[in-house]
Amino acid sequence: MRVYARILAAGFRTQSRYLPAAFAGLLANATFGLLKSGILLTLVDDGGGEIAGYTAGTMAAYVWLSQGLLGSVNIWSLPGSAERIKSGAIAVDFLRPVDVQLAGIADDVGRGVFALIPRGLPSVGVGVLVVGMAMPAQVLPYVLGAVSLLLGIALSHSLAYLLGTAGFWLVEIRGLQVLYMGVSGLLTGLMTPVWLFPDWLKVIALATPFPAVMMYPIDVLSGRTTGADALWLIAAQAGWLALALAAGQVATRLGRRKLEVQGG
Amino acid sequence: MGDLLRPYRAVLASRIRAQRAYRTSFRADLFGTALVGLTEMAEVIVLFSAANGTLGGLDLMQALLVFGLAELAFSNADMMFGHVDSLAQQVRAGTVDVLYLRPQPLLAQLVTSDISLRRLGRTALAVVVLIWALAANDIDWGPRAVALLALALVCGFAIFCANFVAAGGLQFFLLNAEQVTNAFVYGGRHASTQPATVWVRGITVIFGFVFPMAFCAYLPAMLLLGEPGADWLPAWLGWFAPVAALWAWILALLAWRAGVRHYQGGGG
Repeated sequence: MRVYARILAAGFRTQSRYLPAAFAGLLANATFGLLKSGILLTLVDDGGGEIAGYTAGTMAAYVWLSQGLLGSVNIWSLPGSAERIKSGAIAVDFLRPVDVQLAGIADDVGRGVFALIPRGLPSVGVGVLVVGMAMPAQVLPYVLGAVSLLLGIALSHSLAYLLGTAGFWLVEIRGLQVLYMGVSGLLTGLMTPVWLFPDWLKVIALATPFPAVMMYPIDVLSGRTTGADALWLIAAQAGWLALALAAGQVATRLGRRKLEVQGG
Repeated sequence: MGDLLRPYRAVLASRIRAQRAYRTSFRADLFGTALVGLTEMAEVIVLFSAANGTLGGLDLMQALLVFGLAELAFSNADMMFGHVDSLAQQVRAGTVDVLYLRPQPLLAQLVTSDISLRRLGRTALAVVVLIWALAANDIDWGPRAVALLALALVCGFAIFCANFVAAGGLQFFLLNAEQVTNAFVYGGRHASTQPATVWVRGITVIFGFVFPMAFCAYLPAMLLLGEPGADWLPAWLGWFAPVAALWAWILALLAWRAGVRHYQGGGG
């Protein structure tokens, strides 16, 4: 286990060398955050100060937490392992005395956790200063929120890894990635809160692991969901994470047998 | 003139043939880009449905008219100019040097170096949404409406293209901070689909005037619908879309020229 903790720490340090990139991402997040606040706060206003349980304060919290998380969770892109599967370089990784899946995910989670510092915190800072987002005054939501956040980050990278393993069977997975990007952007609750969806779409979303990536951590951290309900959300996240890791492990083992490295 | 354009035509024709060679992959790509457009539309529908009536002074079908106009102009620009967005990788890899060596303008080479036909999936969706919205809304059809429609699509296309070029010019300076340009390229795309009435003041300045995204769809749509527009952005400004497009291109070409002159070579 220690080796994966080390890889995770290394990922954290790797990301700390890319500060300009982090600030660039922050600028993009802030722009999107302002655009989203405008329309979502108008929506709350027009609804008489509340819509689907959101007030102006909690809606602002949703906007800035979701934008702040973007540097840490992976919703869109393929992990480094996908490129190595395509090029065949993954064969070298299989020779190493670490689990290919866990090592890859640990590295990505480490980077994701670091990104909370230059992108997550300032984004929340902008939200608090500029639009007055509501954050809970007790300690418990932050403790549960931190756990939920970590699970969400780990789940997003586990799902991305699983997506990348499709490359063992299909050489070109860009089409698949674009499909994934479209679906996950909507169902994680990045575009609008999942709770605003019409019922049929909400049912579809909740049957997928995507809300556990972003919507649940935001709900727990912002104090929208508390007590036993918050623990339920965290349990659901843990369940999805276990499932995604197991599927990734199986796909890696099957893929390893399928792997053909050309050229040698 | 024909001789002058021949090299560009040859490159573009080869790119088109190349993309049609792998049919299954191309079909998956088409479907994928259409799906991305569909989720963007889902966002608009979810928000305006949750609003029970109107949001920012528009109802759902009016919002879809803004969305359809913006989406069609953007997907066309993305198809023709979208690959300029990958300039950051080329600058880092040093492969831009090659373009400097050829006896053709850099920007013309870069733009004609590719054409992403897979974006046609998104274009097709945009056309469907636009026609649906044009039919569903109460529009006074005549030469004025047709002129406005053409004005919006042409100027919107030009403004989105200008954003890609401006972003390209900035990439020569930004190197690892390439995401800075996402703020106005993709943030601008997002802004262009929104009713400007919901914007906070800072956004109105940035996306109403600096990067004139309001002129791509919202203002012309308000003229078409006979709606008054927003506080700092009254509907009649929509007639000035060509001025906005010109302004966007002046900014873009200045950024591009500064970038090209700043570049020192990949050291190869």
